[in-house]
Formats: sequence, C-alpha cells, structure tokens
Amino acid sequence: MSREWPLWEVFIRTKGGLSHRHAGSVHAPDPELAMRHARDTYTRRMEGVSLWVVRSSDIVASDPAQDGPMFEPAEGKIYRHPTFYEIPDVVKHI
Amino acid sequence: MYTTELGKPDAKAPVAIGGEDPALVAAFEARVAADEFIEPKDWMPEAYRRTLVRQISQHAHSEIVGMLPEGNWLTRAPSLRRKAVLLAKVQDEGGHGLYLYCAAETLGTSRDEMIDALHSGKAKYSTIFNYPTLTWADIGAIGWLVDGAAIMNQVPLQRTSYGPYARAMVRVCKEESFHQRQGYEIMMALAGGTPDQKAMAQDALNRWWWPSIMMFGPPDDNSPNSAQSMRWRIKRDTNDELRQKFVDVTVPQAEYIGLTVPDPDLVWNADKGGYDFGAIDWEEFYAVVRGEGPVAKERMKARRDAWDEGAWVREAASAYEATRAARRAA
Ligand SMILES: [Fe+2]
Ligand SMILES: [Fe+2]
Repeated sequence: MSREWPLWEVFIRTKGGLSHRHAGSVHAPDPELAMRHARDTYTRRMEGVSLWVVRSSDIVASDPAQDGPMFEPAEGKIYRHPTFYEIPDVVKHI
Repeated sequence: MYTTELGKPDAKAPVAIGGEDPALVAAFEARVAADEFIEPKDWMPEAYRRTLVRQISQHAHSEIVGMLPEGNWLTRAPSLRRKAVLLAKVQDEGGHGLYLYCAAETLGTSRDEMIDALHSGKAKYSTIFNYPTLTWADIGAIGWLVDGAAIMNQVPLQRTSYGPYARAMVRVCKEESFHQRQGYEIMMALAGGTPDQKAMAQDALNRWWWPSIMMFGPPDDNSPNSAQSMRWRIKRDTNDELRQKFVDVTVPQAEYIGLTVPDPDLVWNADKGGYDFGAIDWEEFYAVVRGEGPVAKERMKARRDAWDEGAWVREAASAYEATRAARRAA
C-alpha cells in the first residue's frame, strides 16, 4: 500500500459577508487537488462562494484537558459584559 | 440499517475495559447523559471509540458500496433527465462515504485501514446492497425504499453523541431527501404507465420490500449491543421503533400509486396506531450478512478492481507532489 494522501481541513464561506466555517476534511496529495476535492465533496449544491483548505497537521488546537485553566479566567470577569453595570432606567440611550 | 449491529450477537462485546480511570469514565458518562457532544480530543472509553469506529466505517462502506447497484443503471437510464438525476444521486452517495470516513478518522483509524478492512472482507456493509438491480424499476424502488429507510435511521443520528459523526449526518440528511423523492417519482411514473410498466414496478417492490425492512437490523430482543449504544447516545431509537415508523409511512405511499406491499399479514392496528406486519426471515438476513447475498462477491470484486485500477493515479499524484516539494526545497 502506498503512503496515504495527507488530510486537509475544508472551510467554506457560504455567502459574501460571512466568515469561512469548517465543513469537514479531504485527503489530497497537494493544495490544488485538495481544493478540487473540497469543491466536489462539499459544494455540490452551491454551498459556498469561497473555499479554504488547510493542512490538518498545520492546525494548532487547544487541549480539552486544559479547558479549565484555559477558559475559566474569563468566566470570573463578568465586568467585561455591559449587564454588569446597573444604570437607572430613566437614563436613556446607554 | 447502514449502521446496525451486523452479525450474530457477540457475547463478549466490550462494556467497560479494565484499567480505565473510573473518575474519567464517570465524567464521560455524565457528559453523554447531559446530551453534550464528545469531540475527537476529549477523553472517551476505549469501548465507545471502538463501537464508533465500527459503526461509522460500516456506514461509510455502505454508502460507497451502495453506489454499485445504482451505477449499474447509469448508462441505461431511460432519459437524459433520469440519467442526470441518477448521476447526481450516485455522486452524493460517494460524498456521504467521504464525510463518514473523515468522521471515523478523527477517532484514530486511517481511511486506508478502513478501506483495507472492507476489501479484505473483515468489515461489513449494509446487506441491502448484496441484492441485484434487475430492471429500471429497481432504481425507483431503491430511492424510495432504501433511501427512505436510510433517512429514518439517519435523522436521529444528527443528535448522536459523537460530534463529527453528528455533523456528518446533518450534511447527509440535507442531501438524502432528494434521493427518496426521485425514486418515488420513478415508481409513480411506472405505476401510472402501461400494464407492463406497472407490473415492473410491482415486481421491484416485491423484491425490495423485505430487504428494506431488514435494513433496520435484528429485533430489539436480539440486539444485545443496542442498550449500550442507546446509553451512550450513539443510537437514539431502537431497531424495532424505526422499522415500525418506516412501515407506517411507506404503506400509504405504496397505496397511493396502486402498488401492493408483498405482505399478506400487513394490517392496520387502530389500537397501536400503526401497522402490524408479517414475520421477517432473519435467517436470510444473516446469510446475506455472511456474504451469501446474490451479488456479494460481484460487489467486492467491483470495489477491489476500482481500488487496484486507481492505484496508478494515486501514486502519480503523490510522485508529482514529491518532485515539486523537492524542487521547492532545492
Ligand atoms: Fe447516502
Ligand atoms: Fe441516498
């Protein structure tokens, strides 16, 4: 068995003005074929106006086992949200 | 179904594997019970991982092998419209296979390993594709019944506990409805045609009905791994629940086009609000699982030939990229 083609992650912009969103992945030997496979696999019904393909091995992911230390500090900082501040109702446009 | 536990019940099916940290197992079980999604890098019990790899890859294999009986009719479709539609459907099934292989790969098994397991006969796929497609009406019956049954099974899987599998199912379900409708449309045209055409449609229904309702897998009391899969939210409904739903929605569709479901025991049961139906020949089902289906050997040969004959393309593409990489490095 020859070496398996590497994996690429596929991101689709569904229409102008929106961000690219992860759709899935494809195997391909190079960027051009990754793009063609992504088109054939994920946009058979006008699902997008733009595609990104990224080598899966190039993605750096956070460690789910470290979710706590990673994201908890933000949870304790509710003063970052507007609802933290009490302003009397009579004050408008704020 | 594409995903059902195939083969005779396995007495030593893994429930919990020794040596796993009970605290991790408990945390996992709690997450699943709370309907949280499990993602690839999350900790999961080994048995959960193995069950998923088996189920998702089996589902992927079914999509890919499922292209064969329909591909058989691509060059003989009765009109350009039917041909374009069938081509699009078969291409969708290839896409479904790819989504699913990718979902399974996130669990640490490579696509090549899974394909190798299929081609060496180790892996199973849905028994339904081991029946031949003898006439054009079979293409109608497959879209209507086989894709119809697949939809029944796949809709609840959009909420299955493993995130990548659930997301693949969302994509698949969006595409599946056209498959069923184009099939029913073929049956409608034939059933409303000449007496010969109507007889052809009836003959296809006669041959595909029982294999289709077998697709949901063995009855619940003979499906020992179901309980574990339900607890882990890998499965959302039991085989018998899904089969009943399928029969209840399909019988009126047959009646509407004047075809008869080939089951003399089929009768409406007002008390349960559903149909009672005749006994299923499970020995036939297990025989087909064992690879004794009418065209099982032909299917596997077609798969292996496609793989072997495509080898030079895969190798050439890799060699081309290797040359370019070397040039970039120089
Ligand atoms: Fe499919
Ligand atoms: Fe389908």
